Amino acid sequence: MKASNYIKLEFPSLSVNEGFARAAAAGFAAQLDPTLDELGDIKTAVSEAVTNCIVHAYPETIGKITMRLKILDGEKLEICIRDWGRGIENVEQAMQPMFTTGGSDRSGMGFTIMESFMDKLKIKSSEGKGTSVTMSHIIKKRRSIR
Amino acid sequence: MTVTSRYSDSRLTVCLAGELDHHCAREAMHEISEAADSFLPREIVLDLRKLSFMDSSGIAVIIKTHRSISLRGGKLYVECPQAQPMKVLRAAGIGSIVEIISKREVTT
Ligand SMILES: Nc1ncnc2c1ncn2[C@@H]1O[C@H](COP(=O)(O)OP(=O)(O)OP(=O)(O)O)[C@@H](O)[C@H]1O
Ligand SMILES: [Mg+2]
Repeated sequence: MKASNYIKLEFPSLSVNEGFARAAAAGFAAQLDPTLDELGDIKTAVSEAVTNCIVHAYPETIGKITMRLKILDGEKLEICIRDWGRGIENVEQAMQPMFTTGGSDRSGMGFTIMESFMDKLKIKSSEGKGTSVTMSHIIKKRRSIR
Repeated sequence: MTVTSRYSDSRLTVCLAGELDHHCAREAMHEISEAADSFLPREIVLDLRKLSFMDSSGIAVIIKTHRSISLRGGKLYVECPQAQPMKVLRAAGIGSIVEIISKREVTT
């Protein structure tokens, strides 16, 4: 599938960039004319994935995060968020609701939320090398009511 | 994000406004615990009507607040979440732990 439009962003794992990443994703998605609800889904999923890079991938350092967004077939928004950090030992276990290695500051619901807010979610990770989270959301064309 | 709180009749109401994410969760938690420790309320109400965005970091704030007030025999309520925070609360199943009240129930 060829992307009709795309962006790529790179930023350091500073928590102040969580809000920036959400706003950037929402800004790019706006061209698909999403509903407020769909924009909320996208912002939430981006926030979860970027926060995971900041909190888990680079717990003691500041590392590189990239976020790529693509529009496929004129209606599908694909988001890929990647880090080069610690990696996940067992992805299946990490995706279980309430599983966390983050202690009481975390609830272990990030992947569960990404899964329920997006249409597709795919995680690739290797220990010591990093993690990529690719997710997509179909934004259905709305008939304009005039 | 901004946190404001008021206390009356053994109820502490904490109003969270703006966006609650990992970046500001620690500060929000600190403000809530500080108010709770100084007033020792029987009820805490987290007023979310001005909260436009929340993610799982907010879920952890709610669960922690719930735990600490439960230990004192008190109760936590989450009041009037907007659509996006409500969806996150639902996805995380918070409704089975903390009572979520909407505006109508509050004013009657
Ligand atoms: N980018 C990442 N790098 C390394 N480990 C990760 C990454 N993303 C997730 N993990 C691991 O997967 C676990 C589950 O992630 P998930 O987002 O579901 O929950 P959480 O981040 O622990 O809590 P919450 O998202 O509710 O704050 C994390 O605790 C962590 O161990
Ligand atoms: Mg997470």
